[in-house]
Amino acid sequence: MSPTEVLIQQLLNGLTIGAYLALIALGYTMVYGIIELINFAHGDLFTFGFLISLSLFRLYGATGTLVGFELVWLFTTVLLLTMLLTGILNVVIDRIAYKPLRKAPRLAPLITAVGMSFALENIFANWYGSSQINYPDFFPRIDILREWFQMDTYILFTTQDLLLVGVTIPLMIGLRFFIQRTKLGKAMRASAQNANAAAIMGINVERVIMITFFIGGALAGAAGMIFGNFLHTGRYLMGFDAGLFAFTAAVFGGIGNITGAMLGGLIIGLIKAFSDQYLAAQWTRAVIFAILILVLVFRPQGLLGQGEAEKA
Amino acid sequence: MSSHMLELQNVHSFYGHIHALKGVSLHVDQGEIVTLIGSNGAGKSTTIRTISGLLHPRRGTVTLEGQSIAGLPAHQVAGLGVGQAPEGRWIFPKLTVLENLEMGAFSRKDTDGIADDLEYAFSLFPRLKERLNQQGGTLSGGEQQMLAIGRALMARPRLLLLDEPSMGLAPMLVELIFDTVASINRQGMTILLVEQNALMALQVAHRGYVLQTGEIVLGGDAKELQTNEQVRKAYLGEE
Ligand SMILES: Nc1ncnc2c1ncn2[C@@H]1O[C@H](COP(=O)(O)OP(=O)(O)OP(=O)(O)O)[C@@H](O)[C@H]1O
Ligand SMILES: [Mg+2]
Repeated sequence: MSPTEVLIQQLLNGLTIGAYLALIALGYTMVYGIIELINFAHGDLFTFGFLISLSLFRLYGATGTLVGFELVWLFTTVLLLTMLLTGILNVVIDRIAYKPLRKAPRLAPLITAVGMSFALENIFANWYGSSQINYPDFFPRIDILREWFQMDTYILFTTQDLLLVGVTIPLMIGLRFFIQRTKLGKAMRASAQNANAAAIMGINVERVIMITFFIGGALAGAAGMIFGNFLHTGRYLMGFDAGLFAFTAAVFGGIGNITGAMLGGLIIGLIKAFSDQYLAAQWTRAVIFAILILVLVFRPQGLLGQGEAEKA
Repeated sequence: MSSHMLELQNVHSFYGHIHALKGVSLHVDQGEIVTLIGSNGAGKSTTIRTISGLLHPRRGTVTLEGQSIAGLPAHQVAGLGVGQAPEGRWIFPKLTVLENLEMGAFSRKDTDGIADDLEYAFSLFPRLKERLNQQGGTLSGGEQQMLAIGRALMARPRLLLLDEPSMGLAPMLVELIFDTVASINRQGMTILLVEQNALMALQVAHRGYVLQTGEIVLGGDAKELQTNEQVRKAYLGEE
């Protein structure tokens, strides 16, 4: 592989990693935008998406690569069910753990979220064991550049990368449309900016919060399933790293800011890819942490954040 | 059953241990402008919050056309037809003027009616139409007040609560706001108007109440209150 090819390869890797990180980051940022809670359990929803989608495939009896019509309908069904179930799980978590603390000092739900994360991780460990889990190639893996375009290159871009981009980008576009254009999306932004003002407009803010948790969960669930079909391995603790990276992405973009989360996801994805390649994979976590600290110290409002009063 | 549009009977409201309303009773009838005057910290905004459900009274009753609304969450009270332009305006800073107005009509489904009321709001405040796609947070104080009133009207409420609409505005704008309040009322809107500008408020209102440290100390015809010794001394700045 020539240096240029390595560079292009890492750019591609960065963008694909960034795409699923962005999906997770959105959940952090949306929930923060509306109730100012850093949902530490959010990364575990990503794990849940990974595990539940695998269970759903197994439940159907799928063991290997799917083809044709079965590929299309089964994959779509599992994706939708995964999003639905992960969204519901997030709503349930909010109801039992955070909602009773809505008027408590901010530290209370924060610590509860940390506890919720541990609880989920232990449930996952009991459910799937604590060793590495293999996620089969349900989605066919074809080397696009060489097999479809007969290009003579070492750069690898497969149909699974395409799947990742093909699921995450439309979800993000859809979310943006929902937030910007629909009445409910506007109510969500209004509630984030001034919950009391929203309430006297007739907006049921608790319902808006529920929908926010649902959407955030559904996106993390989708990310978990797509990740499985892309990297094929995971573990009950996988949500910790993914959550850390995605949280950094959300802070980087400006916590509470939707566009910021997407942008932050892509940037952190690229940084991770380049750090993996040019430093060493074991340094990546330290690099990401360092970035998180630098952002918090020098630009706590992030790239696109504008300070406390102006969220979402 | 009471025939009043709004009635508060012996309402007590608290912020934690602070006893902010100590047995407030008042009523507003269909088609009236009733003003609630009183000095800083008297409990005027607390009364408004207690009506709109942002604060729940610990004792007493609040009824809207005979139906009890005390204890209902704010969004349900709004859904029953109580519109509000709150103290401090509470404009959504990152929503455009149009989006702010749309949020006012959140509970409504009648697209045609909403379009009519949007035109009505623009006819009251042409400035809003010029600023349609500007973010709420970038408006001037006066424009924000226009938006707050326009937004409250977008719900086509049965009862409109206005909390110090003239606060911090230049004299010209104060005139405009009071003229608008009178004009909205002539179209049939029932209004409870909280004001520190007692002189203007009593001129535009039909009746008034004077609130002092959480208690109604005086109430009656606005004309009479204007000539009342006590009111003139305390609130109209006369010796
Ligand atoms: N959120 C709060 N927490 C604690 N006390 C409050 C709160 N809001 C108001 N109070 C207290 O309740 C009392 C009534 O306040 P309120 O805001 O109703 O007064 P107001 O008549 O509207 O005054 P102003 O003309 O200054 O707006 C005051 O003593 C005030 O300090
Ligand atoms: Mg007040």
